[in-house]
Amino acid sequence: MSIASNGIEHEFSSGTAGGAEQAKPTSGTAYPVIRTRNLSLTFDTDDGPVYALSKVDLSIHKGEFVSLIGPSGCGKTTLLRVIADLEQATGGDIEVNGVPPQVARTRRDYGYVFQAPALYPWRTVIGNVMLPLEIIGLPRHERHERAKAQLALVNLTGFEKKFPWQLSGGMQQRASIARALSFDPELLLMDEPFGALDEIVRDKLNGQLLKLWAETKKTVVFVTHSIPEAVFLSTRIVVMSPRPGRIIDVVDCDLPADRTLDIRESPEFLKIAHRVREGLRAGHSYDD
Amino acid sequence: MTTEAATGAGAIGRFGRRVARVTGGRVIPISTVILVLIVVWYLAAIIVNAGVVMTLAGDNVKFGFTDFIAATWSQDRPLLPVPHQILIEMRKTILDVAVTSKRSLIYHAEVTLSTTLLGFLIGSVTGILLAVAIVHVKALQKALMPWIIASQTVPILAVAPIVVVVLGNIGITGTLPKALISAYLCFFPVTIGMVKGLTSPDLMLIDLMRTYYASPAQTFWKLRWPASVPFLFASLKVAIAISLVGAIVAELPTGAQAGLGARLLAGSYYGQTVQIWAALFTAAALAAIAVAAVGLVEHLTVRGMGGRR
Ligand SMILES: Nc1ncnc2c1ncn2[C@@H]1O[C@H](COP(=O)(O)OP(=O)(O)O)[C@@H](O)[C@H]1O
Ligand SMILES: [Mg+2]
Repeated sequence: MSIASNGIEHEFSSGTAGGAEQAKPTSGTAYPVIRTRNLSLTFDTDDGPVYALSKVDLSIHKGEFVSLIGPSGCGKTTLLRVIADLEQATGGDIEVNGVPPQVARTRRDYGYVFQAPALYPWRTVIGNVMLPLEIIGLPRHERHERAKAQLALVNLTGFEKKFPWQLSGGMQQRASIARALSFDPELLLMDEPFGALDEIVRDKLNGQLLKLWAETKKTVVFVTHSIPEAVFLSTRIVVMSPRPGRIIDVVDCDLPADRTLDIRESPEFLKIAHRVREGLRAGHSYDD
Repeated sequence: MTTEAATGAGAIGRFGRRVARVTGGRVIPISTVILVLIVVWYLAAIIVNAGVVMTLAGDNVKFGFTDFIAATWSQDRPLLPVPHQILIEMRKTILDVAVTSKRSLIYHAEVTLSTTLLGFLIGSVTGILLAVAIVHVKALQKALMPWIIASQTVPILAVAPIVVVVLGNIGITGTLPKALISAYLCFFPVTIGMVKGLTSPDLMLIDLMRTYYASPAQTFWKLRWPASVPFLFASLKVAIAISLVGAIVAELPTGAQAGLGARLLAGSYYGQTVQIWAALFTAAALAAIAVAAVGLVEHLTVRGMGGRR
């Protein structure tokens, strides 16, 4: 507990996370926040083994926005859950911020956003955002300040006292993003956060997320199966394929930082989208 | 005069609307059912009591039809007393005697109620603690569950005197032994309901707590406990009714001098059927009030927890 709160104070004063304990060079721009080597995960089920992840090699660096894309069942969620220590790999190794995921979790190095908002129905919006801060043990006053600031960041000022059922789906998901960011983790893991929303809301939230990312300089790992969403948001796109779940292509995505939704009609955008689509198709034909 | 009548009618209209709002427009169906029940009751009383009326009267007396019916509805110790006889008895024993008198139903109801509440408290706390243990220690689920279920198959009427005698021998008398019997009956629905409630949170919410590296205690107080509240109240409503039954049952074989159970027993000793029914009605009213009280607490709690759940 003391480590975590120290981490946060440290972060606030200097803008780096957990640097003191790790003695890591945080000034260097390119130490991997996530590094996997030969990572595999096989589920033993009644119908035999399911190869959810197979020989995954991936490095994600500080400040990157990496999307995992692929058909359902290709292991995107599983990879995210291994990073989050919600699932244990059965082979290979993985480091998060230079330590095993178990340790990273105890340090509260990441915030996790699920596909569903997963808000507690008996808590108000601000009560939900304060939940992780209560668990970390911040004083009441500071919890309130931070939660309010996070809600402002996702444009939910004025909705603090509402209960989740009084909010639209998009607003609920924004509240859950605010909750994941409330304790200011370095790393944000998002599992199809906008998958259940309609396209118009989704476009809007994509724009807001991009802005949020630019403002907070978080490292983001983002699961999606929408190609335009991946290309619009990411600095890198990891294309995955099922049975066994594996990486088949990694596409660099160097669109300008101040992009707007219009960029989706530009040739650069379409070129990247095309390559991602090719990758997905290759994965599929291999499979059939 | 006319304005007065108009205001009167207006007030009645307002009152009616308020009643309709509180009862959710169920007044008419409910009163219809009650009316039908009462009619059936009076008819049944004629049939059930007819034999006794004729035996008592002997062969020589010739009844008029209305006299005969009136007789079946006005015996001193009818096999089946009719509602107005019971209500008169209740009025006599509730309103017309001092509350402290041994003849007052209020006095007996109060004795039973205190046993009920103590039993309910002990039973609910025990039930909740058992559920918490079962949810948190996997091994306990297998070890405890069969015993918990077996406990409810024991005939309580047979066990109650043993409990009272044993506790009496070690100097525990009065309300507590009866409350323990009541608690024994009412912990069960609470345990079952709370095991369900404490395991009700979505897996995603449990995972969320893991991502915060929450301790088991934090996961319990911030997630499992609040999530179980609707289940808790559902079981408490059952439990309070059961603990009232338990309290009455505990009064029967233990030679209790006071309480609705003692009143039932005395009534059946002396063939005072009207007294038995009056005690039964009082017990039913008590149960209704107790369940409604739990419902009220539920209503207030749920409103404090965000209303729509
Ligand atoms: N807990 C589990 N037990 C057994 N199989 C699982 C489990 N979780 C996921 N899987 C399987 O692993 C594969 C990858 O799942 P997942 O990571 O959820 O895919 P995606 O998120 O890309 O749709 C699927 O075939 C899925 O059925
Ligand atoms: Mg998934």
